[in-house]
Parts: sequence; structure tokens; C-alpha cells
Amino acid sequence: MSPESFHTLYKLLGSVSGFIYPNELEIRWSILIVVYPYVTGLVAGAFILASLVKVFNVKDVQPVYRLSLLTALAFLLVAPLPLQAHLGRPERAYEIFLTPNLSSAMAMFGFVYAWYLMGVLLLEMWFEYRRDLVVWSREEKFPMSWIYWILSLFSRDVSERAVKFDMKAVRTITIIGIPSAFLLHGYVGFIFGSVKANPWWSSVLMPIVFLMSAIVSGIALVIVLYMVLIPLKGGKIDMKCLDTLTSYLFYAVIVDFSLEALDFIHRLYESEESIQILGALIADKLLISLVVIQILLGMLIPAAILVAVKSMKLDPELRKLLYFVSAILIQIGIFSTRWNVVIGGQLFSKSFRGLTTYKMEMMGVEGLLVALVFLILPFIILGVLVKIFPPWKASELGEAKTS
Amino acid sequence: MYRRSFLKGLLWFISARIFSRNGVTRAIASTNPDTTATTHANGKSIIKGYDPTRHRYAMGIDVDKCIGCNRCVEACTVENDVPPEPFFTRTWVERYVIKKDKSVHVENISNGSDGPKERLEEADILRSFFVPKLCNQCENPPCVQVCPVGATFSTEDGVVLIDSERCIGCGYCIQACPYGARYLHPKTRTADKCTFCYHRIVKGMLPACVEVCPTGARVFGDLKNRASRLVRFERMNKIHVLKPHLNTHPKVYYADLDGEVR
Amino acid sequence: MFERIPEQIRRLAIVFVIVIGGTVVLRYFVLPPSLFETRLHRESTIQREVAKQVKFAGTTVCGGCHEDTATVKRKGFHKNLSCESCHGPAAMHTEDPMTVKPFAPRKRKFCPLCHEYDPSRPTGFPQINVTIHNPLKPCITCHNPHHPEPPTVPRECSACHAGIARTKAVSHHALIACTTCHRASRKHKVSPRRVKPTKPDTREFCGKCHREGSKRKDAPKIDLSTHGGRYLCWECHYPHMPGVA
Repeated sequence: MSPESFHTLYKLLGSVSGFIYPNELEIRWSILIVVYPYVTGLVAGAFILASLVKVFNVKDVQPVYRLSLLTALAFLLVAPLPLQAHLGRPERAYEIFLTPNLSSAMAMFGFVYAWYLMGVLLLEMWFEYRRDLVVWSREEKFPMSWIYWILSLFSRDVSERAVKFDMKAVRTITIIGIPSAFLLHGYVGFIFGSVKANPWWSSVLMPIVFLMSAIVSGIALVIVLYMVLIPLKGGKIDMKCLDTLTSYLFYAVIVDFSLEALDFIHRLYESEESIQILGALIADKLLISLVVIQILLGMLIPAAILVAVKSMKLDPELRKLLYFVSAILIQIGIFSTRWNVVIGGQLFSKSFRGLTTYKMEMMGVEGLLVALVFLILPFIILGVLVKIFPPWKASELGEAKTS
Repeated sequence: MYRRSFLKGLLWFISARIFSRNGVTRAIASTNPDTTATTHANGKSIIKGYDPTRHRYAMGIDVDKCIGCNRCVEACTVENDVPPEPFFTRTWVERYVIKKDKSVHVENISNGSDGPKERLEEADILRSFFVPKLCNQCENPPCVQVCPVGATFSTEDGVVLIDSERCIGCGYCIQACPYGARYLHPKTRTADKCTFCYHRIVKGMLPACVEVCPTGARVFGDLKNRASRLVRFERMNKIHVLKPHLNTHPKVYYADLDGEVR
Repeated sequence: MFERIPEQIRRLAIVFVIVIGGTVVLRYFVLPPSLFETRLHRESTIQREVAKQVKFAGTTVCGGCHEDTATVKRKGFHKNLSCESCHGPAAMHTEDPMTVKPFAPRKRKFCPLCHEYDPSRPTGFPQINVTIHNPLKPCITCHNPHHPEPPTVPRECSACHAGIARTKAVSHHALIACTTCHRASRKHKVSPRRVKPTKPDTREFCGKCHREGSKRKDAPKIDLSTHGGRYLCWECHYPHMPGVA
């Protein structure tokens, strides 16, 4: 916090309504902390989608299996960055590995992240791609052939028995990976849900709502990526896959909406002390981001579109357009959900008597530009990953061409 | 599905507690204070001649005596090098005005950090008073519970301190404190808060705010001392604490605390 | 037997051994144990905390040198005030008394920090209206800060009970003197919290003016035998602003 930013805070003094504790003027968890659960949510959601194929044997979505893994990896690599950037002392971040306080949910970040990255995602990707890596190391030119050979851990066995073992390993890891993915994103929900001081956050449902919105956003993201990448690679979109994906998306949206509606109804019905200030919070500060963007644009309209598409017989081009629009709306809605939870929870005073404002800075380590960079970076990484580890063989794309 | 990850996490926590090496973990349900080192490993006390286990500090506040003069806030700022800007404070005083139409108007009189003040019509006032606020040095502190690196901790004599050389500035403790007592120091970019003037009380002095209070509204004492101003305070007054439903067991005891105070 | 383990597992096992082994070596052999010892960190925190500079010396210290002032102050209304409440932090002064002098408030704007009238201040605390109370004169002209007896002992209660006086002044009871209803011994001005004035303890007291048949023309009349049951009048009616709901 530099003396220049005091200038912003002095201006903020004028935007306070009611009474807030003096230390509450400045919001501590900024847009970076909105980006972080959004990104890990996409990781968890994409992985759950991948598990649909391998554990629940939904053969129809096989075309997006490898894409989901790559998406999860791309976003996972970016996930620690917003956390690192928002720390007051980022150079001390390693302490979370040295002296983790075991009663703190936040302390498990380092370990869960390391486990998920190395013990689940990278391992699964290795088993899934191993055979192809060996083949590519033979077919490609230097230096790629060398890179593939190292990545395959100098493996050479592509016998049927070895490949069968690979597939069994993938299935086992995915089974372990599902609770790991839940832990990776669920602990973030728990970080918020366990803060008894904050009635907007403190809720048993918080980890579950976080997870469901993660699954929704993950599936929607993979749909968008699938619909963008396949044409770029000159292939044809598998409509059966897309239809199945959007069905699962729809089910997830229904569950997510039900949970959030339940939370809302429960709050209104119990009418605890905090309801007045939370009502003022929604009416004064979160009206657009909650009612318009999160609920209307992010859940109701996409759900209505999906219902319409499922019940009517529309031609593929129109279906693709509507799916794409719904998926984009859902992404915006889920981002807004994270915003409403993180920023919304800090906009009202714990004295329940006042509201403050969040003035997001443009530049600066916690500013909008840095947040946008962290949101765009995974796509760049994904582009590189898709180049190195193509999710579809030419035959798969070609198959679709003829079907 | 979530049950699996919950059980997994629970197992992790339980085994961590069993296998923890230096006893600094707090079981989630436990209300025992975090009894970590104020003695060296070889048993000698860190501060010469001072045995922290024989003390347990707490503060009493007599709301009816506070005149809202802010001497305490200024003394704290001087004694502890608190940043002078109005967005960071270790202690502050609130003014409550309950009007005859039952509306409650609250403002911070210590550093003007909550916007323009309403003009008070005296004839509308039903009752009005000042309430000093500070870190409650809870016995079951949520801030200590959530610190990811264990930078904030309770001493054996009941004061919650912050290790500013270990704090990573994540801000979780600031979110977890129900009383708004913590802030992020703009220069060190670590968490900071009232320490009961720990550097004074272990030498037998009073915290700066108690020292300068002209009306004796702030009462400091040792709960383990059978004769002290605080003990008399506890005997003669009905004691309230802030937000008792959150089970933080604060150690700042308010006498004559109005029900409207949050 | 080694050949029976699938090739993939063999290769992964090597990687895992390297990674986990490296972590173990790092943790237990390379990194200094002080990085992990929370106990050490807390010890050093306490040491750093305790080593912080003390800025306020504490009241008991001042009397050691300033005996005469302390003796005078011990008897006055400011006897419970710490010297540093007004004079500011004086720890440096105790170390180098000749060169470092504490602040001594002499201007008029200092004393009103405590004594300016404020409706939220408790009743019984001496307050003045700064604008009209001897304007422009510094307070210490008439009041010795170490023994702040007002130059004339307040006959009027309003010096300490400013809020009540102001409320009453615009009420129906404006012209009634405080002493009409409250008997206060002279000791009340010396030990105000211990020796309290009396409050009327019978209905007949208010009835002197307010019962039907009383000679007081401007007082509203009620039937004393039925109005208000067995309760004292001031349990419902606020005597300093009567008649307002």
C-alpha cells in the first residue's frame, strides 16, 4: 500500500453509507481473489467432465476428454499466480509449506495443489498420452522428437498389454482425482464458509455451491473451447457429443440454481439479524452483478435456452449457436457469482450498520489489468498445450468429417 | 461425492493433530488457549524475571464513564507508531445515539473514517453514549485459527500477538476478526493490531490507552491476580462482551453495554 | 520379478523417488531447522515486541521529581488523571529531563477536548459551552489545571449537569430551580459519585402543584388518587422534559 493509494482511500471515505468499523474501509481481498476461485473452479469442472468419460463411461463425450485434461492443466498452472500477487509479502509465500497452521483451511493450499498437479493431473495425462508420446517421438523431427521422448520418460513399450495397463491406470487415477478435484475447489468454499464473523459467507452450503458452480463453468468452458478449436483444426463438431455435454451442463445448472435458491429462501425465512444489511447490500451494491448478471443472464436465460433446444427439434447450426451463447453467458454468470461472494462479503460492515465501496484500480499489482492477464494467460498456455499434445488425431477429426 | 473429500480432509486434520511436532495446532473444536513458547526450550523465561504463566491479562471498559475525548486513541498512535491515516487504527471510540423514534445512529469519532456526520438534534435523543473499541484478545481467537502460516498466536499470558516477520499478508485474519480490530499495515504490508501494549504490561506498566484515560473508563488487570482494579470491576458490574454468540470468549469486558452496540 | 512390474510403473517410480527423496533431503538435511520451528519464531516475536520503545512513562514516575505538583494534584478533581493525559508522552523526559521537555497545554483549544459540551457525554461530567464561557481567555487563567477548582464554586448544577440543564431550559419546568426537587449536600460537589442528591420519593410531592385543587395555576391537574396507580410520577414522566411522549 503506497502513499499514493491513500488518495484513493481518502476518496472512499465519502462513499461510505452508514457506519463501518474504521479498519473496514479498504477491501482486502480484491479482484485477484475473485479470479482465483474462478480459475480453480474451471480446473475442477473440466476434470469432472473428464471423469464422466473414464469413470461413468459416458462414451458420447469421449471427443472432449483430452481437451478437458489440457484445459484443467492450463488453468491449474495459472491458479497460484493471483494468490501470489495479492499477498502483502509474496516473497514469504513458501512459509505455507514450512509452517502450515493445521487449523487453517488456507494452509492446505500448497499441499492440495501440489498433490493435484503432480499426483493426479500430470499423472493422468502421462498415462493417457504415453502411447502417443512414444509414437510421436519416433515420427516427429528434432527437437520435438527429443521432447516427446523425455516426456514419455524414455518409454518404448507400446504393446497392447502396456496400453491396456495405461487405460486401467487412467481410470484409477480419475477415481482418486474426483475427490481431489473436490478438495482443490471445495477448500476454497470452506475458506469462505467457515468465517463465522461474516454472515454473507458463513454457510454450510458454501463449499457445495462453489463446487456446483465450478462444474457448471468447467463444462461450459470445455463446450466453448471444443466449438472454437475443432473448426480451427479443420474438423467437424460431433453433435452427439455436444448435445450430451449440454445436457450435463443443464443438469448442473439446475442443481446449482436449486442450491443457491435454497440458500436465498432459507435466509429470508430465518430472517436473522444480518438480513437487513444484506438486503441493503444486494439492493445498493450488488443489484446488477447479482440479480441481472448472476441470476438472469448467468442462470435463468441459459437454462431457458437449453430447455428450448432440448424440447424443440432445431437444425445443428442453430443449436450450435444457442449452445455457444448459453455457455458464454454461463461463464460471465459464474464469474459474477465469484465476484458477489468475495467482493460482496466485504462491502458491508461487520457492525451490520453500513456499506463501503470497492474501487478497483486499473494498474497496480491488484488491478484490473493484472486480473485480465491472469484470465487470458491460461488460454495462451492452452494454445501451446494443444499444439504439443494434440487432443484429437487427424482420423478423429476426419471421422467427424464424414459422419 | 463430497463426503469422500470431507472424510479425507477430516482424517488429514486428525492425523496432523496427533503427529504434530511442536504442539502448536489447535483442534477445531478446542477452546484451550494456544500455549506456545513464552519460555525457552530449556525452561528459562524469555523476559528476565517474568513468568507469563502467572498472568492472564484482560481489560474492562465502563461505558458510562467514557467521555469520548480520544486521548486513548492518540496515546495508542504515539506509543505504537500506528499509521496516522484514518483507515488504520488499533483502537477507536464509537458514538451511539438512540433517538426517540428508536432509530440508532452510530459514528466513529476517532478519525472521521465513516463520512459526514449527521447533525444531532438534542431533543430527539433518547440516550447517547460512547463505546471504546479495541482488539478483544479473545481466548478462542478466530484470527489465530485461520492464519495459514501460524504468524499470529496467543501468548501464555493471554495476549494475541502477530509475528510481523512471518506474516505473509494474506488478509485471512482480517476477514475472520468479527470486531474489525485488525488492519494491514501500509508500510510492513503485514497484519497489525492492538497488543495490549505488551511491551509495557510485562514490565508492570499499564497499556498507553489505560494510562491516559481521564475518567478511568478503561480498566486493565490481571485475571490471575486476586486483587486488582479489574477484579473489582468484575465484581461490581454486570459484564457484557461483544458478539458472545460467536463464542470467541473476548477478554474485553464491558459494563453497562447497551444492547444496540455491535 | 523386476521385469513383472510394468515399464510405466518402473519409470514413474524413479521419478517419484527423485521428487519425494529430494523433498525429504531438502526438508531434513538442507534447510536449517530454525525455518520450521514455530516455537523459535514465537520466542523471537515476543522478544521483538518487548524490546519496543516505551513512550509514556506512567503517572507514578512523575511525582518522583515533581513532588509539589503531585501533592497539589492529589487533592483536586484531576486527582485521577494521569499527568501524561495532558502533557503527552514523557518517557524521553525521564531519561533526559533537562533537554527534553514534555508538551504543556496552555491554549484554550486543549481543555475543551474533554470539557466541551457534548450530548453523548455522561451526565455529571463538568462541561461548558466553549463559545460563551469566558471567551478568548485561556482556561488556565482561572483554573489551575493541577487543582481545577472553578473560581466560584458552581451554585448552579448546570456546570456538571449540562445536558439536563439544557433539556430543562426549553421545557415546561424551565423556571423551576433544581433544588426545588433535589436536595444536595455540599459533599456532592466534592465526591459527586459517592454522595448523591435526593429524588422526590412520594406522589404527593409532584401533587403539590399537579393535584386537583392545587393553587398552582399553570400546572396541568390530575386526580392523584387514580392517575398512575401506585407508581411515582417520575417513573413515567421525565421531570426535565415533562409532557413530551
